[in-house]
Amino acid sequence: MSEITAYDKKATRDGFGAGLAEIGASNPDVVALCADLVGSLKMQQFIKQSPERFFQVGIAEANMMGIAAGLATAGKIPYTGTFANFSTGRVYDQIRQSIAYSHKNVKICASHAGLTLGEDGATHQILEDVGMMKMLPGMTVINPCDYAQTKAATIAIAEHHGPVYLRFGRPGWPVFTPADQKFEIGKALHLQSGSDVSIFATGHLVWNSIEAAKILASEGISVEIINIHTIKPLDEEAVLDSVSKTGAVVSAEEHQRHGGLGDSIAQLLMRKMPVPMEYVAVNDSFGESGKPAQLLDKYGLGVNDVVTAVKNVLKRK
Amino acid sequence: MTIDQLEKTASQVRRDIIRMVHAVSSGHPGGSLGCADFFTAMYFEIMDHDPSFNMDGKNEDMFFLSNGHISPVWYSVLARSGYFPVPELSTFRHLDSRLQGHPATHEGLPGIRVASGSLGQGLSVAIGVALSKRLNGDDKTVYCLTGDGELQEGQIWEAVMYACHNKVDNLIAVVDWNGQQIDGSNDDVLTLGDLPGKWESFGWQVMHMDGNNMADVLKVMAEAKAALGNGKPVVVLMKTEMGQGVDYMMGTHAWHGKAPNDELKDKALAQLEETLGDY
Repeated sequence: MSEITAYDKKATRDGFGAGLAEIGASNPDVVALCADLVGSLKMQQFIKQSPERFFQVGIAEANMMGIAAGLATAGKIPYTGTFANFSTGRVYDQIRQSIAYSHKNVKICASHAGLTLGEDGATHQILEDVGMMKMLPGMTVINPCDYAQTKAATIAIAEHHGPVYLRFGRPGWPVFTPADQKFEIGKALHLQSGSDVSIFATGHLVWNSIEAAKILASEGISVEIINIHTIKPLDEEAVLDSVSKTGAVVSAEEHQRHGGLGDSIAQLLMRKMPVPMEYVAVNDSFGESGKPAQLLDKYGLGVNDVVTAVKNVLKRK
Repeated sequence: MTIDQLEKTASQVRRDIIRMVHAVSSGHPGGSLGCADFFTAMYFEIMDHDPSFNMDGKNEDMFFLSNGHISPVWYSVLARSGYFPVPELSTFRHLDSRLQGHPATHEGLPGIRVASGSLGQGLSVAIGVALSKRLNGDDKTVYCLTGDGELQEGQIWEAVMYACHNKVDNLIAVVDWNGQQIDGSNDDVLTLGDLPGKWESFGWQVMHMDGNNMADVLKVMAEAKAALGNGKPVVVLMKTEMGQGVDYMMGTHAWHGKAPNDELKDKALAQLEETLGDY
């Protein structure tokens, strides 16, 4: 099998901006809202194309979620844009009551998720958002891995009727998925076949898993990599198919260990196919200021941490 | 409807409220009774609405209740105006009912477009609907009722600021200004201060209404509608009496969220004429 290589480096948030502009141009029901972070969310192109369908709400995220629920009630497809921290924890009750419980077709688009936000520090580096969102009944939770996948996901969620949490990030990141891909919600992507261990990775950690697999291959360890871009609903069949072959699992995500993708996989395996498993995730800790790569290393999300997790799980196999 | 017919309908709505909360020994009669005249006027006279109910509400007036705990008055009026069968009122707060303790869309009750109960959220939703109407070229009106204690929620003022800045002038907010909340009077708990001045300084056109005087409700709501389309959102500060129509529930916050026992239920019903037939 040929090695996975990156053909570009771009931020996932740029993929969101490009996807929003594209779906905005083709679907007149799409509207967008932003809480004073237009530049950060890369929403300028959409605004330029469709100024009448853009709503600047100011630094008032609770109101933004409510307005989005109202727009959806009347048949629009609202995309809200702000940082992941302010898209979730700050407005959890608004999302819970006005959007999730009320079955509103709102797309909550959340940038700057996780440690890779970098220098702004822990106030902004949310690592609990996936857990909060996946607990809400009926909420779809998506965390794409690169620019191209984020763009495709941004376009695809307009066709899905129901609330969606779309999570992406700030830094430039390797782009390795096809530019012309069609995004299928809930369908895991098989990136690389292997026989010793299955890595289930989401978001930025997919690339770190690919890099780790190259190191492991040089040591004779055969790694299967599955990209779980949709954390909820989880593609259970893809997980079980892979695990039935490898018998060992590592999950990898830029999120707290508690409540993230790893927990979803562990829950499934416990019920259907118990095997040794290790987490690559933040271990019950807040982040801090620093460069993205430094932070990933310090908090156990670096390439070497994936390598170590694989070796540890193989010892238990 | 004539004022006399509206008042008679409101009397039946009040009977429904008392009987609903009594039957399950829970619910919020005080604010529901206070708003019975307003709800009756809205659904039987003021709004151009369709009881066959479409969620998106295109080309009709739409109503949002932000202070969802006064669900009994809304359920009664929705049923009495044709949204669902009146006998269904007997399922209020029961297991498997569409009439949840606080209004919800989850069970598919016609007339409800968003869940409410956790306070402070309804005005934002109403603004979103008003923006959609503007995009759709739909000239109908969006109404939103909030409580007065609810104005202590910060999100309300985010919404108030937004509506002014964006000239949301197809929206009428109504505040149930009964001066009471669960723990006591507004002034004891957290005073609203100069309430008209607050709204005015946020750029809204402020109107005053006696919410327990049917003629005044019709007059002021008509004036509010006539004031729309001028670049300013409109708020109606509606004075009501919590517990209006039941003497022992008036002048106190005690019946905000408490149901009467058998004896007090009978005492209340003796004060409220049965005009349309109890369910």
